[in-house]
Amino acid sequence: MSFSKLGLRTIALGYLALLLVGPVAMIFYRTFEHGIAPVWDAVTAPNAVHAFWLSIEIVAIAVPLNTAFGVGMALLLERGSFKGKVLLSTLVDLPFAISPVVVGLALVLVYGKTGWFGDWLIGHGIQVIFSVPGMVLATAVVSLPFVVRETAPVLRELGTDAEQAAATLGAGAWLTFRRITLPAIRWGVVYGVVLTTARALGEFGAVSVVSGRIEGQTQTLPLYVQGQFENFNITGAYASAVVLALLALATLIAMNLLTRRTRRRTAV
Amino acid sequence: MSATGSPTASAAAPRRLQAPALLGGGRAAGVLGKGMIGVYLSVLVLLPVAALLAKAGSGGLDAFWREVSGPQAQAAIKLTLVMSAIVVAVNAFFGTLIAWVLVRDEFPGKRTVNALIDLPFALPTIVAGVVLLALYGTNSPLGIDVAFTRASIALALLFVTLPFVVRSVQPVLIEMDRSMEEAAASLGAGPLTILRRIVLPTLTPAIVSGVALSFARAVGEFGSLVLITGNLPFKTEVGSVYVFSQIQDENLPAAAAVSVVLLAAALIVLGALTFVSRWRSKHVL
Amino acid sequence: MAIEVRNVSKRFGDFVALDDVCIRVNDGALTALLGPSGSGKSTLLRIIAGLESPDSGEVEIADEVVTDTPARTRDVGFVFQHYAPFKHMTVHDNVAFGLTVRKRPKAEIRERVSELLGLVRLDGLAERYPSQLSGGQLQRMALARALAVQPRVLLLDEPFGALDAQVRAELREWLRRLHEEIHVTTIFVTHDQEEAMEVAEQIVVMNKGKIEQAGTPRELYESPRNEFVMSFIGPVNRLGEARFLRPHDIQILPSAAGEGTEALIERVVHLGFEVRVELKLGDGRDIWAQVTRESAQELELHEGQILAVRLPEPRVFAA
Repeated sequence: MSFSKLGLRTIALGYLALLLVGPVAMIFYRTFEHGIAPVWDAVTAPNAVHAFWLSIEIVAIAVPLNTAFGVGMALLLERGSFKGKVLLSTLVDLPFAISPVVVGLALVLVYGKTGWFGDWLIGHGIQVIFSVPGMVLATAVVSLPFVVRETAPVLRELGTDAEQAAATLGAGAWLTFRRITLPAIRWGVVYGVVLTTARALGEFGAVSVVSGRIEGQTQTLPLYVQGQFENFNITGAYASAVVLALLALATLIAMNLLTRRTRRRTAV
Repeated sequence: MSATGSPTASAAAPRRLQAPALLGGGRAAGVLGKGMIGVYLSVLVLLPVAALLAKAGSGGLDAFWREVSGPQAQAAIKLTLVMSAIVVAVNAFFGTLIAWVLVRDEFPGKRTVNALIDLPFALPTIVAGVVLLALYGTNSPLGIDVAFTRASIALALLFVTLPFVVRSVQPVLIEMDRSMEEAAASLGAGPLTILRRIVLPTLTPAIVSGVALSFARAVGEFGSLVLITGNLPFKTEVGSVYVFSQIQDENLPAAAAVSVVLLAAALIVLGALTFVSRWRSKHVL
Repeated sequence: MAIEVRNVSKRFGDFVALDDVCIRVNDGALTALLGPSGSGKSTLLRIIAGLESPDSGEVEIADEVVTDTPARTRDVGFVFQHYAPFKHMTVHDNVAFGLTVRKRPKAEIRERVSELLGLVRLDGLAERYPSQLSGGQLQRMALARALAVQPRVLLLDEPFGALDAQVRAELREWLRRLHEEIHVTTIFVTHDQEEAMEVAEQIVVMNKGKIEQAGTPRELYESPRNEFVMSFIGPVNRLGEARFLRPHDIQILPSAAGEGTEALIERVVHLGFEVRVELKLGDGRDIWAQVTRESAQELELHEGQILAVRLPEPRVFAA
């Protein structure tokens, strides 16, 4: 029995090594193969730095928006009473089913110069597509579901007993939320925020369509990686990829630490 | 005592308390909240999807059909669907196996391995492509070069969809009652029989769920494919890349049409899953 | 099929579950392993079943050493506390499982399952799923499933623990009758002393991984070998260090003074047929006596009453 157990373990770990660990290790190796100096130069190149901060800026807007609205939507789904919960739930989950490129396209069709609101936006001097607002929008769409999907089950499991008790004791809506509900769901929210941030930082396809990919202006870090690659600047591409990979590993660590807090059943 | 108290302690209390204080209570706040959420979802999801459908159908059914059945579009769509199907089948097998090893086996470093499973969720897709290229591309130290081949599509899709089946199956395995397996053993069943007749049937709903999510993800995948596949039309150009190229050529109706096909494929699979799981839980659970 | 366990020991890490345990169960007997949690009774049962293996010692079934045989080939029927139903299979398929594993012909399987369902009174439920059955029905299904392959030995691990009191009582009675009909050597594990006394022909009392005493219910009650057995089986009064009295052996004398020890009634509890009288003796000790309704009425027992009781010789156990 333990022979086959060993066999299974070997197959599983082998698969993971070939698919996951190997490639990631390889990238770190290749990046630092010729020392830190070239990497540092690549990472501190002006366009790279600009791309980095642009990514941060977009994330800094999209994530709080999705967090606030995400918690609101979760409350609506689990505590609200209205028809159309199914519609709400479907709309929230839709970004999981849509290709990022299609998200970009759909946004262009509404907010682009030939889109539904094109004329109105131009008339008011607002540029969405090919500019940062469009990129924020695209990022928000693709990272929409996470906070809702992590918070709603926690709300459901929590039940309304404590909130009802608070109501009978005279607490109003906001107070109940702030002091009873929010503390109870906070780890679910935090986990959702971590996932949202990771997704937002890494977004590529939708932002690619919507941004015009203009170097030094509308290139986020992921777009920069692609740009470098296409210009045969492998070091630049790898270096930025490593920055993103390190951020991803930080996300992984955060996710793992939070796993126990949120009592998710994948902690082993 | 509560007559002059909070809004929730009103005369209509019993029903109101069911959606306590939060959204029913401050009536105005509740409506405002719902309104804002409505606007947010419209701006982000509802309007864009509507515009997409409108564009796809803007020339009528004929135009739609024409865009979708053009040779390059057809090639891209077929390639996407076939590759996604292959990849999810592989995932069903390896994902379940990995989940099994993570739950039932013990070895040093298991917790790290378990954490690593989520890497494809955390890593930007473009970086996934770069990373795979480093090991399996032109300068591969292993001598395996799949760049610009269909195999590279499978590779990238396997990478990005790895976590779905594993994470779907794990909780079920963890909660599974071992006494079912012991009962089967006491009745004379060997390990393979137990696997086939007891364990796998119990895991099937989770595997199906993971497979559906993998498929939806694979069908729309873009970032990890752009570098490693070379995006060669008729050879390695998948649906999402075709859409992108059509957008670049400002051929928006074509892009929208194929987008709708891809979206439909994902939604059909996800819908089928929901349907099956509802049927099952009515029937068995 | 007689079962013999010789010098079996088992530890889990630092915890000693079984310490040099020996028991013998006669062919066709209905035996209970009785003890508190942690006494090792479930571990012993699982070792007999082959679901665990002992660190040392031997297990024999029908004079055949089976210590190293896995559960799969040991030919024992096992019933779990929470029934372990195969949730994705119908009742019929659950019961038929052992037979399909042995590749019996379909017709034979159908007939046997039908017979068994009749025996456990689940006819008509063959096409239901476990989620549609009650706890009692699930346990009967589990029994039918275990019996389907005609095991040499039937083992039940706290089979009625998860059921309501009413259902528990019914199933106890039903198990005894089933045993009379089928006569398979049966061992069941329980922490409920009343259940063991009512159902089993032989009881093995266990505590902290050791056997305290084995015998018929009567033997254990009337001749307990030590303090643990006496207090675990049947109600008991403790008088000082190691002296024990059964409450119903305490005689309450009619108020004519002279004989016996003086006592004050602190409380009278009416439990249906039985009446419990909590007493304080002259020297300050608290004991309680058990009398029938009739006696309580005759003696007009009430709180605050002072009367005389005759205490029998207490049972003393060596330290």
